[in-house]
Amino acid sequence: MNRVVIVGAGQAGCSAALKLRALGFSGEIILIGDEPMAPYQRPPLSKAYLLGKTTAEALQIRPLSLYRDQRIELRLGCRVIRVLPHARRIETSTGSLDYDHLVLSIGARPLRLDPAIGGALGNVFTLRSIADVDLIRPVFSAGSRLLVIGGGYVGLEAAAVAAQSGLDVVLVEMADRILKRVACAETAAYFRALHAQHGVRILESTAVRRLDGNGTVARAHLSDDEVLATDLVIVGIGVKPDIALASEAGLKLGNGIEVDVFGRTSIEGIWAAGDCASFPYAGRRIRLESVPHAIDHAETVAANICGAHEPYVATPWFWSDQFDVKLQIAGLNANYDRVVVRRGGRPGAISHWYFGGDTLLAVDAMNDARSYMIAKRLIAAGITPDPKSVADAAIDPGLLLKAYAVSADRKRVSLAGEV
Amino acid sequence: MPKIIFVSADGVTREVAAGADQSIMQAALAAGVPGIVAECNGAAACATCHCYFDPAYAACVGEIGEQESEMLDFAASERTADSRLSCQVRVMAEMDGMTVRVPALQ
Ligand SMILES: Cc1cc2nc3c(=O)[nH]c(=O)nc-3n(C[C@H](O)[C@H](O)[C@H](O)COP(=O)(O)OP(=O)(O)OC[C@H]3O[C@@H](n4cnc5c(N)ncnc54)[C@H](O)[C@@H]3O)c2cc1C
Ligand code: FES
Repeated sequence: MNRVVIVGAGQAGCSAALKLRALGFSGEIILIGDEPMAPYQRPPLSKAYLLGKTTAEALQIRPLSLYRDQRIELRLGCRVIRVLPHARRIETSTGSLDYDHLVLSIGARPLRLDPAIGGALGNVFTLRSIADVDLIRPVFSAGSRLLVIGGGYVGLEAAAVAAQSGLDVVLVEMADRILKRVACAETAAYFRALHAQHGVRILESTAVRRLDGNGTVARAHLSDDEVLATDLVIVGIGVKPDIALASEAGLKLGNGIEVDVFGRTSIEGIWAAGDCASFPYAGRRIRLESVPHAIDHAETVAANICGAHEPYVATPWFWSDQFDVKLQIAGLNANYDRVVVRRGGRPGAISHWYFGGDTLLAVDAMNDARSYMIAKRLIAAGITPDPKSVADAAIDPGLLLKAYAVSADRKRVSLAGEV
Repeated sequence: MPKIIFVSADGVTREVAAGADQSIMQAALAAGVPGIVAECNGAAACATCHCYFDPAYAACVGEIGEQESEMLDFAASERTADSRLSCQVRVMAEMDGMTVRVPALQ
Protein backbone atom coordinates (compact mmCIF):
# COMPACT_ATOMS: atom_id res chain seq x y z
CA MET A 1 0.00 0.00 0.00
CA ASN A 2 1.16 3.48 -0.73
CA ARG A 3 -1.46 5.89 0.49
CA VAL A 4 -1.43 9.46 1.72
CA VAL A 5 -4.53 10.51 3.61
CA ILE A 6 -5.04 14.23 4.06
CA VAL A 7 -7.45 15.36 6.76
CA GLY A 8 -8.97 18.78 6.12
CA ALA A 9 -9.96 19.75 2.60
CA GLY A 10 -9.06 23.43 2.82
CA GLN A 11 -6.27 25.49 1.28
CA ALA A 12 -3.43 23.48 2.83
CA GLY A 13 -5.02 20.10 2.16
CA CYS A 14 -5.67 20.95 -1.46
CA SER A 15 -2.14 22.29 -1.98
CA ALA A 16 -0.57 19.20 -0.40
CA ALA A 17 -2.59 16.86 -2.63
CA LEU A 18 -1.81 18.73 -5.85
CA LYS A 19 1.85 19.06 -4.98
CA LEU A 20 2.22 15.35 -4.26
CA ARG A 21 1.02 14.58 -7.77
CA ALA A 22 3.07 17.35 -9.33
CA LEU A 23 6.15 15.81 -7.73
CA GLY A 24 5.33 12.47 -9.25
CA PHE A 25 3.84 10.65 -6.25
CA SER A 26 1.99 7.77 -7.86
CA GLY A 27 0.17 6.19 -4.91
CA GLU A 28 -3.32 6.88 -3.62
CA ILE A 29 -4.19 10.37 -2.39
CA ILE A 30 -7.36 10.71 -0.32
CA LEU A 31 -8.43 14.19 0.72
CA ILE A 32 -11.08 14.20 3.46
CA GLY A 33 -13.12 17.22 4.51
CA ASP A 34 -16.09 17.68 6.77
CA GLU A 35 -17.52 20.56 4.76
CA PRO A 36 -19.73 19.61 1.79
CA MET A 37 -17.73 21.80 -0.63
CA ALA A 38 -14.52 20.95 -2.46
CA PRO A 39 -11.61 23.09 -1.16
CA TYR A 40 -12.44 26.77 -1.50
CA GLN A 41 -10.86 30.14 -0.82
CA ARG A 42 -11.76 31.76 2.48
CA PRO A 43 -10.47 35.32 1.88
CA PRO A 44 -13.40 36.30 -0.36
CA LEU A 45 -15.84 35.23 2.38
CA SER A 46 -15.36 38.53 4.19
CA LYS A 47 -15.00 40.45 0.91
CA ALA A 48 -16.62 39.67 -2.47
CA TYR A 49 -18.74 36.73 -1.27
CA LEU A 50 -20.26 38.63 1.67
CA LEU A 51 -20.86 41.52 -0.70
CA GLY A 52 -22.78 39.14 -2.98
CA LYS A 53 -20.36 39.74 -5.85
CA THR A 54 -19.25 36.17 -6.38
CA THR A 55 -20.76 32.70 -6.17
CA ALA A 56 -19.80 29.71 -4.04
CA GLU A 57 -18.69 27.83 -7.18
CA ALA A 58 -16.31 30.63 -8.09
CA LEU A 59 -14.63 30.21 -4.69
CA GLN A 60 -13.48 26.66 -5.41
CA ILE A 61 -9.69 26.54 -5.55
CA ARG A 62 -9.77 24.00 -8.40
CA PRO A 63 -12.68 22.56 -10.39
CA LEU A 64 -13.83 19.06 -9.45
CA SER A 65 -12.61 17.73 -12.79
CA LEU A 66 -9.02 18.52 -11.87
CA TYR A 67 -9.11 16.24 -8.80
CA ARG A 68 -10.39 13.47 -11.05
CA ASP A 69 -7.69 14.12 -13.65
CA GLN A 70 -5.05 14.12 -10.93
CA ARG A 71 -6.45 10.97 -9.27
CA ILE A 72 -7.09 12.72 -6.00
CA GLU A 73 -10.01 11.11 -4.21
CA LEU A 74 -12.17 13.70 -2.49
CA ARG A 75 -14.29 12.54 0.44
CA LEU A 76 -16.45 15.48 1.36
CA GLY A 77 -18.95 15.77 4.19
CA CYS A 78 -16.82 13.24 6.03
CA ARG A 79 -15.44 13.95 9.48
CA VAL A 80 -12.35 12.31 10.89
CA ILE A 81 -13.13 11.33 14.45
CA ARG A 82 -10.02 9.51 15.64
CA VAL A 83 -6.42 8.88 14.67
CA LEU A 84 -4.84 5.59 15.74
CA PRO A 85 -1.14 6.20 15.09
CA HIS A 86 0.07 2.72 16.04
CA ALA A 87 -2.28 1.06 13.61
CA ARG A 88 -1.72 3.86 11.05
CA ARG A 89 -5.46 4.10 10.80
CA ILE A 90 -8.11 6.79 11.09
CA GLU A 91 -11.76 6.47 11.96
CA THR A 92 -14.19 8.71 10.14
CA SER A 93 -17.90 9.37 10.22
CA THR A 94 -18.19 6.97 7.28
CA GLY A 95 -15.77 4.18 8.23
CA SER A 96 -12.09 3.60 8.89
CA LEU A 97 -9.11 3.94 6.61
CA ASP A 98 -5.43 2.94 6.74
CA TYR A 99 -2.64 5.29 5.75
CA ASP A 100 1.09 5.30 5.16
CA HIS A 101 1.32 9.05 5.60
CA LEU A 102 -1.25 11.21 7.28
CA VAL A 103 -1.36 14.97 6.76
CA LEU A 104 -3.39 17.02 9.24
CA SER A 105 -4.52 20.25 7.60
CA ILE A 106 -7.57 20.82 9.77
CA GLY A 107 -7.32 24.60 9.94
CA ALA A 108 -8.70 26.52 12.89
CA ARG A 109 -12.06 27.30 14.39
CA PRO A 110 -13.42 30.76 15.09
CA LEU A 111 -13.66 31.74 18.73
CA ARG A 112 -17.25 32.28 19.79
CA LEU A 113 -18.87 34.51 22.30
CA ASP A 114 -19.75 32.69 25.51
CA PRO A 115 -23.41 31.55 25.50
CA ALA A 116 -23.61 32.82 29.08
CA ILE A 117 -23.37 36.38 27.72
CA GLY A 118 -25.64 35.83 24.75
CA GLY A 119 -23.27 34.15 22.29
CA ALA A 120 -25.87 31.52 21.36
CA LEU A 121 -28.64 33.99 20.44
CA GLY A 122 -30.01 34.03 16.90
CA ASN A 123 -28.28 36.38 14.42
CA VAL A 124 -24.96 36.14 16.29
CA PHE A 125 -22.55 34.85 13.68
CA THR A 126 -18.97 33.82 13.16
CA LEU A 127 -17.30 34.14 9.76
CA ARG A 128 -15.13 31.22 8.76
CA SER A 129 -16.97 29.08 6.23
CA ILE A 130 -19.31 29.42 3.28
CA ALA A 131 -22.02 28.01 5.54
CA ASP A 132 -21.44 30.90 7.99
CA VAL A 133 -21.81 33.55 5.30
CA ASP A 134 -24.87 31.82 3.86
CA LEU A 135 -26.46 32.28 7.29
CA ILE A 136 -25.44 35.94 7.47
CA ARG A 137 -26.54 37.01 4.00
CA PRO A 138 -30.34 36.82 4.44
CA VAL A 139 -30.20 39.32 7.32
CA PHE A 140 -27.36 41.37 5.83
CA SER A 141 -29.50 44.05 4.27
CA ALA A 142 -29.41 47.80 3.89
CA GLY A 143 -30.71 49.60 6.96
CA SER A 144 -29.97 46.72 9.37
CA ARG A 145 -27.90 47.51 12.40
CA LEU A 146 -24.74 45.42 12.54
CA LEU A 147 -22.46 45.10 15.51
CA VAL A 148 -19.00 43.73 14.73
CA ILE A 149 -17.11 42.42 17.74
CA GLY A 150 -13.34 42.50 17.20
CA GLY A 151 -11.13 44.91 15.28
CA GLY A 152 -8.88 42.46 13.46
CA TYR A 153 -8.76 42.04 9.69
CA VAL A 154 -11.81 39.78 9.42
CA GLY A 155 -13.93 42.12 11.55
CA LEU A 156 -12.77 45.23 9.70
CA GLU A 157 -13.39 43.64 6.30
CA ALA A 158 -16.88 42.60 7.35
CA ALA A 159 -17.54 46.12 8.64
CA ALA A 160 -16.35 47.61 5.34
CA VAL A 161 -18.55 45.34 3.24
CA ALA A 162 -21.51 46.07 5.51
CA ALA A 163 -21.05 49.82 5.24
CA GLN A 164 -20.83 49.48 1.45
CA SER A 165 -24.05 47.47 1.53
CA GLY A 166 -25.89 50.19 3.42
CA LEU A 167 -25.93 48.62 6.87
CA ASP A 168 -25.52 50.75 9.93
CA VAL A 169 -22.24 49.52 11.44
CA VAL A 170 -20.67 49.72 14.87
CA LEU A 171 -17.41 47.89 15.58
CA VAL A 172 -16.23 47.37 19.14
CA GLU A 173 -12.69 46.49 20.11
CA MET A 174 -11.74 45.57 23.64
CA ALA A 175 -8.07 46.62 23.29
CA ASP A 176 -7.13 50.30 23.26
CA ARG A 177 -7.01 50.22 19.48
CA ILE A 178 -7.98 48.13 16.46
CA LEU A 179 -5.39 45.78 14.87
CA LYS A 180 -3.51 45.71 18.17
CA ARG A 181 -2.27 42.16 17.73
CA VAL A 182 -1.21 42.47 14.09
CA ALA A 183 -0.27 46.02 13.12
CA CYS A 184 1.32 49.24 14.34
CA ALA A 185 -0.56 52.26 15.66
CA GLU A 186 0.00 54.08 12.32
CA THR A 187 -1.72 51.34 10.32
CA ALA A 188 -4.53 51.21 12.86
CA ALA A 189 -4.98 54.98 12.59
CA TYR A 190 -5.12 54.73 8.79
CA PHE A 191 -7.90 52.14 8.89
CA ARG A 192 -9.76 53.87 11.71
CA ALA A 193 -9.91 57.02 9.59
CA LEU A 194 -10.91 55.08 6.47
CA HIS A 195 -13.81 53.44 8.29
CA ALA A 196 -14.90 56.71 9.87
CA GLN A 197 -15.05 58.30 6.41
CA HIS A 198 -17.48 55.59 5.39
CA GLY A 199 -19.67 55.97 8.44
CA VAL A 200 -18.47 52.99 10.48
CA ARG A 201 -18.49 53.81 14.17
CA ILE A 202 -15.43 52.25 15.82
CA LEU A 203 -15.39 52.01 19.62
CA GLU A 204 -12.00 51.12 21.08
CA SER A 205 -11.25 50.16 24.70
CA THR A 206 -14.81 48.88 24.74
CA ALA A 207 -15.99 45.38 25.51
CA VAL A 208 -19.34 43.73 25.02
CA ARG A 209 -20.59 42.74 28.44
CA ARG A 210 -23.68 40.93 27.28
CA LEU A 211 -26.01 40.48 24.34
CA ASP A 212 -29.71 40.05 24.93
CA GLY A 213 -32.92 39.60 23.05
CA ASN A 214 -35.86 37.30 22.80
CA GLY A 215 -34.22 34.33 21.03
CA THR A 216 -32.63 36.68 18.52
CA VAL A 217 -30.13 39.36 19.45
CA ALA A 218 -31.69 42.78 19.97
CA ARG A 219 -29.32 44.71 22.20
CA ALA A 220 -25.67 44.83 23.18
CA HIS A 221 -24.63 46.07 26.61
CA LEU A 222 -21.18 47.64 26.39
CA SER A 223 -18.55 48.11 29.08
CA ASP A 224 -19.07 51.89 29.02
CA ASP A 225 -22.74 51.29 29.88
CA GLU A 226 -23.96 52.18 26.40
CA VAL A 227 -26.79 49.96 25.17
CA LEU A 228 -26.79 49.45 21.41
CA ALA A 229 -29.82 48.29 19.47
CA THR A 230 -28.65 45.69 17.01
CA ASP A 231 -30.17 43.35 14.42
CA LEU A 232 -27.15 41.15 13.87
CA VAL A 233 -23.71 40.56 15.31
CA ILE A 234 -20.56 39.28 13.62
CA VAL A 235 -17.99 37.95 16.07
CA GLY A 236 -14.44 38.31 14.73
CA ILE A 237 -12.34 37.71 17.80
CA GLY A 238 -9.83 35.29 16.31
CA VAL A 239 -9.45 31.59 15.76
CA LYS A 240 -8.04 28.65 17.65
CA PRO A 241 -6.74 25.38 16.24
CA ASP A 242 -9.00 22.49 17.17
CA ILE A 243 -6.64 20.23 19.07
CA ALA A 244 -9.03 17.47 20.18
CA LEU A 245 -8.14 15.07 17.36
CA ALA A 246 -4.41 15.63 17.73
CA SER A 247 -4.46 15.54 21.49
CA GLU A 248 -6.27 12.20 21.62
CA ALA A 249 -3.78 10.79 19.13
CA GLY A 250 -0.96 11.72 21.50
CA LEU A 251 0.63 14.37 19.26
CA LYS A 252 2.75 17.04 20.88
CA LEU A 253 0.78 20.27 21.11
CA GLY A 254 1.67 23.88 21.74
CA ASN A 255 -0.27 26.71 20.09
CA GLY A 256 -1.69 24.08 17.71
CA ILE A 257 -0.04 20.91 16.46
CA GLU A 258 3.72 21.12 16.84
CA VAL A 259 5.75 20.29 13.77
CA ASP A 260 9.49 20.44 13.11
CA VAL A 261 11.11 22.32 10.21
CA PHE A 262 10.14 19.49 7.87
CA GLY A 263 6.48 19.54 8.84
CA ARG A 264 6.68 16.31 10.87
CA THR A 265 4.63 15.99 14.05
CA SER A 266 5.96 14.15 17.08
CA ILE A 267 4.64 10.84 15.71
CA GLU A 268 6.20 9.05 12.76
CA GLY A 269 4.11 9.16 9.59
CA ILE A 270 1.95 12.11 10.69
CA TRP A 271 2.50 15.59 9.28
CA ALA A 272 0.67 18.89 9.77
CA ALA A 273 0.43 22.12 7.78
CA GLY A 274 -1.44 25.41 7.59
CA ASP A 275 -3.48 27.18 10.27
CA CYS A 276 -3.45 24.17 12.61
CA ALA A 277 0.33 23.79 12.86
CA SER A 278 2.93 25.65 14.90
CA PHE A 279 6.41 25.56 13.43
CA PRO A 280 9.93 26.84 14.17
CA TYR A 281 10.63 30.33 12.84
CA ALA A 282 13.65 32.50 13.58
CA GLY A 283 14.40 30.80 16.86
CA ARG A 284 10.85 30.59 18.15
CA ARG A 285 7.66 28.73 17.42
CA ILE A 286 4.81 30.47 15.59
CA ARG A 287 1.55 29.76 13.86
CA LEU A 288 0.49 31.69 10.76
CA GLU A 289 -3.05 32.17 9.50
CA SER A 290 -2.75 33.05 5.84
CA VAL A 291 -3.28 31.55 2.41
CA PRO A 292 0.32 31.92 1.18
CA HIS A 293 1.59 30.17 4.30
CA ALA A 294 -0.99 27.38 3.97
CA ILE A 295 0.16 26.79 0.37
CA ASP A 296 3.90 26.93 1.02
CA HIS A 297 3.78 24.90 4.21
CA ALA A 298 1.65 22.18 2.64
CA GLU A 299 3.84 22.04 -0.44
CA THR A 300 6.92 21.56 1.72
CA VAL A 301 5.19 18.72 3.55
CA ALA A 302 4.28 17.13 0.20
CA ALA A 303 7.89 17.40 -0.96
CA ASN A 304 9.13 15.84 2.27
CA ILE A 305 6.67 12.96 2.01
CA CYS A 306 8.31 12.37 -1.37
CA GLY A 307 11.69 12.30 0.38
CA ALA A 308 13.01 15.80 -0.28
CA HIS A 309 14.08 16.50 3.34
CA GLU A 310 13.54 20.19 2.69
CA PRO A 311 13.18 22.60 5.64
CA TYR A 312 10.32 25.08 5.57
CA VAL A 313 11.46 28.68 5.38
CA ALA A 314 8.42 30.89 5.83
CA THR A 315 8.30 34.21 3.97
CA PRO A 316 5.13 35.58 5.59
CA TRP A 317 2.87 37.86 3.63
CA PHE A 318 -0.82 38.75 3.72
CA TRP A 319 -3.36 41.04 2.13
CA SER A 320 -6.65 42.65 3.09
CA ASP A 321 -9.22 44.61 1.09
CA GLN A 322 -11.27 47.34 2.76
CA PHE A 323 -13.35 49.80 0.75
CA ASP A 324 -11.06 50.95 -2.07
CA VAL A 325 -7.88 50.18 -0.16
CA LYS A 326 -5.69 47.19 -0.78
CA LEU A 327 -3.41 46.46 2.12
CA GLN A 328 -0.41 44.23 1.45
CA ILE A 329 1.82 43.08 4.28
CA ALA A 330 5.24 41.50 3.95
CA GLY A 331 7.22 40.00 6.82
CA LEU A 332 6.40 39.53 10.50
CA ASN A 333 6.46 42.61 12.69
CA ALA A 334 7.03 40.87 16.05
CA ASN A 335 9.40 42.81 18.34
CA TYR A 336 9.61 45.97 16.23
CA ASP A 337 10.82 49.09 17.98
CA ARG A 338 10.03 51.75 15.41
CA VAL A 339 7.98 52.43 12.33
CA VAL A 340 9.09 54.54 9.37
CA VAL A 341 6.37 56.09 7.24
CA ARG A 342 6.86 56.36 3.50
CA ARG A 343 4.57 58.23 1.11
CA GLY A 344 3.96 56.35 -2.14
CA GLY A 345 3.86 57.57 -5.71
CA ARG A 346 0.06 57.62 -6.09
CA PRO A 347 -2.36 59.83 -4.18
CA GLY A 348 -3.27 58.03 -0.95
CA ALA A 349 -0.47 55.50 -1.28
CA ILE A 350 1.48 55.01 1.92
CA SER A 351 3.58 52.34 3.57
CA HIS A 352 4.72 51.64 7.12
CA TRP A 353 8.11 49.99 7.52
CA TYR A 354 8.78 48.13 10.79
CA PHE A 355 12.33 48.02 12.12
CA GLY A 356 13.68 46.03 15.06
CA GLY A 357 17.10 47.38 15.97
CA ASP A 358 18.95 47.44 12.67
CA THR A 359 16.70 45.02 10.85
CA LEU A 360 13.78 45.60 8.52
CA LEU A 361 11.11 43.20 9.80
CA ALA A 362 7.91 43.97 7.94
CA VAL A 363 5.97 46.44 5.84
CA ASP A 364 2.29 47.38 5.63
CA ALA A 365 1.55 48.97 2.25
CA MET A 366 -1.76 50.71 1.57
CA ASN A 367 -2.53 51.10 -2.14
CA ASP A 368 1.19 51.04 -2.66
CA ALA A 369 2.06 47.83 -4.48
CA ARG A 370 5.42 49.22 -5.46
CA SER A 371 6.65 49.65 -1.90
CA TYR A 372 5.17 46.29 -1.01
CA MET A 373 6.96 44.41 -3.79
CA ILE A 374 10.28 46.06 -3.02
CA ALA A 375 9.97 45.46 0.72
CA LYS A 376 9.01 41.85 0.22
CA ARG A 377 12.16 41.23 -1.78
CA LEU A 378 14.35 43.08 0.68
CA ILE A 379 12.96 41.14 3.63
CA ALA A 380 13.30 37.79 1.86
CA ALA A 381 16.91 38.60 1.03
CA GLY A 382 17.64 39.83 4.57
CA ILE A 383 18.59 43.30 3.36
CA THR A 384 17.82 46.33 5.52
CA PRO A 385 17.60 49.66 3.73
CA ASP A 386 18.66 52.87 5.39
CA PRO A 387 15.57 54.11 7.30
CA LYS A 388 16.35 57.68 6.20
CA SER A 389 16.04 56.78 2.52
CA VAL A 390 12.86 54.83 3.26
CA ALA A 391 11.33 57.93 4.82
CA ASP A 392 12.34 60.10 1.88
CA ALA A 393 9.64 59.75 -0.75
CA ALA A 394 11.99 61.24 -3.33
CA ILE A 395 14.36 58.27 -3.08
CA ASP A 396 13.29 55.27 -5.10
CA PRO A 397 13.81 52.23 -2.88
CA GLY A 398 13.81 50.22 -6.10
CA LEU A 399 17.42 51.29 -6.34
CA LEU A 400 18.16 49.27 -3.23
CA LEU A 401 17.14 46.15 -5.02
CA LYS A 402 19.94 46.53 -7.49
CA ALA A 403 22.34 45.85 -4.66
CA TYR A 404 21.86 42.13 -4.72
CA ALA A 405 21.72 39.43 -7.33
CA VAL A 406 18.26 39.07 -8.80
CA SER A 407 18.15 35.39 -7.98
CA ALA A 408 18.66 35.83 -4.24
CA ASP A 409 15.08 35.34 -3.16
CA ARG A 410 13.84 33.11 -5.95
CA LYS A 411 12.44 30.49 -3.69
CA ARG A 412 9.53 29.82 -5.99
CA VAL A 413 10.86 28.35 -9.13
CA SER A 414 8.10 27.14 -11.35
CA LEU A 415 9.26 23.76 -12.48
CA ALA A 416 7.80 22.22 -15.58
CA GLY A 417 5.21 19.69 -14.48
CA GLU A 418 4.28 21.59 -11.36
CA VAL A 419 0.64 22.42 -10.80
CA MET B 1 -15.53 28.37 -25.58
CA PRO B 2 -12.40 30.15 -26.80
CA LYS B 3 -9.20 28.10 -26.95
CA ILE B 4 -6.16 29.69 -25.34
CA ILE B 5 -2.71 28.30 -26.04
CA PHE B 6 -0.40 28.37 -23.04
CA VAL B 7 3.31 28.09 -23.78
CA SER B 8 5.62 27.34 -20.88
CA ALA B 9 9.11 28.80 -20.57
CA ASP B 10 10.62 25.56 -21.92
CA GLY B 11 8.40 25.66 -24.99
CA VAL B 12 5.76 23.07 -23.99
CA THR B 13 2.36 24.03 -25.42
CA ARG B 14 -1.13 23.32 -24.02
CA GLU B 15 -4.45 24.20 -25.54
CA VAL B 16 -7.10 25.10 -22.98
CA ALA B 17 -10.82 25.63 -23.52
CA ALA B 18 -11.50 28.68 -21.36
CA GLY B 19 -14.88 29.45 -19.75
CA ALA B 20 -16.50 32.78 -20.47
CA ASP B 21 -16.69 34.06 -16.88
CA GLN B 22 -13.18 33.08 -15.95
CA SER B 23 -9.95 34.98 -15.75
CA ILE B 24 -7.03 33.70 -17.80
CA MET B 25 -5.42 32.62 -14.51
CA GLN B 26 -8.49 30.55 -13.57
CA ALA B 27 -8.65 28.94 -16.99
CA ALA B 28 -5.00 27.95 -16.70
CA LEU B 29 -5.31 26.54 -13.18
CA ALA B 30 -8.47 24.62 -14.01
CA ALA B 31 -6.59 22.88 -16.81
CA GLY B 32 -3.51 22.25 -14.68
CA VAL B 33 -1.20 24.50 -16.71
CA PRO B 34 2.13 24.52 -14.84
CA GLY B 35 4.06 27.65 -13.98
CA ILE B 36 1.20 29.82 -12.70
CA VAL B 37 1.20 29.90 -8.91
CA ALA B 38 -1.59 32.40 -8.10
CA GLU B 39 -1.01 32.53 -4.36
CA CYS B 40 -3.70 35.15 -3.78
CA ASN B 41 -6.23 33.45 -6.02
CA GLY B 42 -6.87 36.48 -8.13
CA ALA B 43 -6.87 39.28 -5.57
CA ALA B 44 -4.15 41.15 -7.50
CA ALA B 45 -2.01 40.91 -4.39
CA CYS B 46 0.79 38.45 -5.20
CA ALA B 47 2.11 38.81 -8.77
CA THR B 48 2.59 35.04 -9.09
CA CYS B 49 0.23 34.75 -12.06
CA HIS B 50 2.36 36.88 -14.39
CA CYS B 51 2.07 35.97 -18.13
CA TYR B 52 3.04 37.44 -21.49
CA PHE B 53 0.10 38.06 -23.82
CA ASP B 54 0.12 38.04 -27.60
CA PRO B 55 0.11 41.75 -28.61
CA ALA B 56 -2.13 40.93 -31.58
CA TYR B 57 -4.96 40.48 -29.03
CA ALA B 58 -4.20 43.65 -27.05
CA ALA B 59 -7.66 45.07 -27.73
CA CYS B 60 -9.51 42.24 -25.96
CA VAL B 61 -6.86 41.85 -23.25
CA GLY B 62 -7.65 45.41 -22.19
CA GLU B 63 -5.99 48.08 -20.12
CA ILE B 64 -3.62 47.47 -17.25
CA GLY B 65 -4.50 48.78 -13.79
CA GLU B 66 -2.21 50.96 -11.68
CA GLN B 67 -1.78 48.45 -8.84
CA GLU B 68 -1.18 45.70 -11.38
CA SER B 69 1.42 47.73 -13.20
CA GLU B 70 3.31 48.54 -10.01
CA MET B 71 3.46 44.88 -9.10
CA LEU B 72 4.67 43.78 -12.50
CA ASP B 73 7.65 46.13 -12.23
CA PHE B 74 8.96 43.84 -9.53
CA ALA B 75 7.65 40.48 -10.63
CA ALA B 76 10.04 37.53 -10.46
CA SER B 77 10.45 37.33 -14.24
CA GLU B 78 11.26 40.31 -16.40
CA ARG B 79 8.42 42.63 -17.27
CA THR B 80 7.86 43.32 -20.97
CA ALA B 81 5.32 45.37 -22.90
CA ASP B 82 3.21 42.17 -23.09
CA SER B 83 3.20 41.47 -19.34
CA ARG B 84 -0.05 41.21 -17.40
CA LEU B 85 -1.26 39.58 -14.21
CA SER B 86 -3.34 36.81 -15.74
CA CYS B 87 -5.91 37.02 -12.92
CA GLN B 88 -6.76 40.54 -14.07
CA VAL B 89 -7.52 39.54 -17.66
CA ARG B 90 -11.02 38.24 -18.41
CA VAL B 91 -11.58 35.53 -21.00
CA MET B 92 -13.40 36.83 -24.10
CA ALA B 93 -14.80 34.97 -27.09
CA GLU B 94 -12.47 36.98 -29.34
CA MET B 95 -9.45 35.41 -27.62
CA ASP B 96 -9.89 32.15 -29.52
CA GLY B 97 -6.41 31.05 -30.65
CA MET B 98 -4.53 33.55 -28.48
CA THR B 99 -1.11 32.54 -27.17
CA VAL B 100 -0.17 33.21 -23.56
CA ARG B 101 3.43 32.65 -22.56
CA VAL B 102 4.15 31.56 -18.98
CA PRO B 103 7.40 32.94 -17.51
CA ALA B 104 10.11 30.76 -16.00
CA LEU B 105 9.75 32.24 -12.52
CA GLN B 106 6.82 33.54 -10.49
C1 LIG C 1 -13.13 35.44 6.53
C2 LIG C 1 -11.69 35.14 6.30
C3 LIG C 1 -10.90 36.01 5.55
C4 LIG C 1 -9.56 35.73 5.32
N1 LIG C 1 -8.83 36.60 4.55
C5 LIG C 1 -7.54 36.29 4.26
C6 LIG C 1 -6.77 37.11 3.40
O1 LIG C 1 -7.23 38.15 2.90
N2 LIG C 1 -5.50 36.73 3.10
C7 LIG C 1 -4.96 35.59 3.61
O2 LIG C 1 -3.81 35.27 3.31
N3 LIG C 1 -5.66 34.79 4.45
C8 LIG C 1 -6.93 35.11 4.78
N4 LIG C 1 -7.65 34.29 5.62
C9 LIG C 1 -6.98 33.13 6.25
C10 LIG C 1 -6.93 31.91 5.35
O3 LIG C 1 -8.17 31.70 4.77
C11 LIG C 1 -6.50 30.70 6.16
O4 LIG C 1 -5.24 30.95 6.72
C12 LIG C 1 -6.41 29.44 5.31
O5 LIG C 1 -7.67 29.11 4.83
C13 LIG C 1 -5.84 28.29 6.10
O6 LIG C 1 -5.89 27.10 5.36
P1 LIG C 1 -5.94 25.69 6.07
O7 LIG C 1 -6.01 24.68 4.98
O8 LIG C 1 -4.87 25.60 7.08
O9 LIG C 1 -7.30 25.68 6.88
P2 LIG C 1 -8.81 25.75 6.35
O10 LIG C 1 -8.90 26.50 5.08
O11 LIG C 1 -9.60 26.23 7.52
O12 LIG C 1 -9.19 24.23 6.06
C14 LIG C 1 -9.35 23.27 7.06
C15 LIG C 1 -10.49 22.35 6.70
O13 LIG C 1 -10.46 21.18 7.50
C16 LIG C 1 -11.76 20.83 7.88
N5 LIG C 1 -11.69 19.96 9.07
C17 LIG C 1 -11.37 20.30 10.34
N6 LIG C 1 -11.42 19.23 11.16
C18 LIG C 1 -11.76 18.17 10.39
C19 LIG C 1 -11.98 16.78 10.65
N7 LIG C 1 -11.81 16.26 11.87
N8 LIG C 1 -12.37 15.99 9.62
C20 LIG C 1 -12.51 16.49 8.36
N9 LIG C 1 -12.31 17.78 8.07
C21 LIG C 1 -11.94 18.62 9.06
C22 LIG C 1 -12.40 22.18 8.12
O14 LIG C 1 -13.80 22.12 8.14
C23 LIG C 1 -11.85 22.96 6.93
O15 LIG C 1 -12.65 22.78 5.80
C24 LIG C 1 -8.99 34.55 5.87
C25 LIG C 1 -9.78 33.67 6.63
C26 LIG C 1 -11.11 33.96 6.84
C27 LIG C 1 -11.92 32.99 7.67
S1 FES D 1 -3.28 35.55 -8.59
FE1 FES D 1 -2.26 36.89 -7.24
S2 FES D 1 -1.93 38.62 -8.48
FE2 FES D 1 -2.94 37.26 -9.81
